[in-house]
Amino acid sequence: MQANTEHIGIEKGKPLEQLLEKIADHKGCGTSSDGGKASCGSSDGPADMAPEVWEKVKNHPCYSEEAHHHYARMHVAVAPACNIQCNYCNRKYDCANESRPGVVSEKLTPEQASKKVLAVASAIPQMTVLGIAGPGDPLANPAKTFKTFELIAKTAPDIKLCLSTNGLTLPDHVDTIKAFNVDHVTITINMVDPEVGQHIYPWIYYKNKRYTGIEAARILTERQLLGLEMLTAAGVLAKINSVMIPGINDKHLVEVNKAVKSRGAFLHNIMPLISAPEHGTVFGLNGQRGPSAQELKALQDACEGEMNMMRHCRQCRADAVGLLGEDRSAEFTTEKIDEMSEVVYDAETRKAYQQLVESERLEKVAAKEAALAEMSDDEVSDIKILIAVATKGQGRVNEHFGHATEFQIYEMSSAGSKFVGHRRVDLYCQGGFGEEETLPSVVRAINDCHAVFVAKIGGCPRDELKAAGIDPVDRFAHEFIEESAITYFKEYVAKVRSHEIVHEMRGDADIRQGAYISAA
Amino acid sequence: MAYKIIASQCTGCSACEPECPNVAIREKNGVFIIDPKKCTECLGHFDEPQCVAVCPVDLTCVIDNAFPRYVAPA
Repeated sequence: MQANTEHIGIEKGKPLEQLLEKIADHKGCGTSSDGGKASCGSSDGPADMAPEVWEKVKNHPCYSEEAHHHYARMHVAVAPACNIQCNYCNRKYDCANESRPGVVSEKLTPEQASKKVLAVASAIPQMTVLGIAGPGDPLANPAKTFKTFELIAKTAPDIKLCLSTNGLTLPDHVDTIKAFNVDHVTITINMVDPEVGQHIYPWIYYKNKRYTGIEAARILTERQLLGLEMLTAAGVLAKINSVMIPGINDKHLVEVNKAVKSRGAFLHNIMPLISAPEHGTVFGLNGQRGPSAQELKALQDACEGEMNMMRHCRQCRADAVGLLGEDRSAEFTTEKIDEMSEVVYDAETRKAYQQLVESERLEKVAAKEAALAEMSDDEVSDIKILIAVATKGQGRVNEHFGHATEFQIYEMSSAGSKFVGHRRVDLYCQGGFGEEETLPSVVRAINDCHAVFVAKIGGCPRDELKAAGIDPVDRFAHEFIEESAITYFKEYVAKVRSHEIVHEMRGDADIRQGAYISAA
Repeated sequence: MAYKIIASQCTGCSACEPECPNVAIREKNGVFIIDPKKCTECLGHFDEPQCVAVCPVDLTCVIDNAFPRYVAPA
């Protein structure tokens, strides 16, 4: 493989050293010693982020919560091999109805992948990021992974490249990652203590040998942390993914958070374990449960004082295409891509779309700030509520209750609005008729919320939501989410003050586990 | 004796292919096969057969009893 500096120059026109210094200074972003919370990367946008870092993440849906409303990503499944075994992963079975990492329907050659990327990028102008996430480990397939990057950098240099790895061979590849101008790397780190790790990883394959038990976990954690340090030194943004496994590493993840923050990780994404017997994983088969919504949020909140938390992860498949939360991979199968004779890369349309997004973004931020400014001092209170929002994207309340396959969750307080997660649900409305039996599962998924914002809602679900104590709100249809949420929250607090309503805490909510059936 | 890959268990992940010191493994119809004429059970190369060590599905790369045990050339 050639170090193709011709077509993927490193940060053209920018003195590299200067950039690295700024990123290094900024590591762990939002690390103010007064315990002030950082929102960069995970929610508000450029507020407390170095401009260079913001520039790198602002169009990356997996790194910027704000971006994921506007920009799409795609994964290409060119990396089938893996060098470790995780108890939450079983790559033997594939199912088109499943959305969980490590699952794909077909694997691609680098050439097929490159053609697919061009086809998707031309059809979906908001596609700005190409990731290689498996279904195995990209760095256990270095030739295929880097060949794919090389081909894409040649034809579509504006697409950001990123990869996700278990970190075992990461130290061997940091130089190549840097040379290919990959500026985002995700490492899945579930433990920094081999005692914990031995319950998550049955074995690893390292330097031509299979290691098991505590020794395997010790090698893995050493290599992961070394790789992270090397990425930081090289100025590559590193995000850490951790799978929260109740009873195994849930408490330990606070330690993991500290360890990765001190080594310069930019963002920490704690995800719930996806575990069901039908997945055929060790955890699925031995009945290991995943966390509840409240347990997950409590851990994310506990780590947030330390560093930025990502809460919008959809745990998507290794061949996902589209905005987070949607999957358009079925439109771009190998068969369909192969049928296309020549794919012309439509750079102009992409540029025009992205300019439109920028102006919408500014409008949205202005609307939120205006609403916040109106929140006068006498409205300060201890009340916190969660609001579920049905949205198709663009940061607006623009989805029908019955068409929503997920709800975004905002936590409202006197400090403003904060995105704290999302909940997947089964489609309530199938072909125009609300399905009675799915409503309880929707209610369970958003049971910790006080209100649900929708573009439209039928009479029947409206009554049932009310009966469950969740306020169905359709008067903010097509408005900006955060501006609307702040307005609602202000009215809510005013009603509590005037004793029109009584503020009560809500219960816990479920995190959906099973296969997700797409509406398409 | 050489190793063989039980086709019904092979996920086609390709992990074994680059690890084989004898370049005895190749893809066929979506799964991987070992050329018994090339397989040396990794004797003289590694402590354990590499396909066995790296395969994500246990008991998929196994000794093929249809062939005599590999003997290293004197």
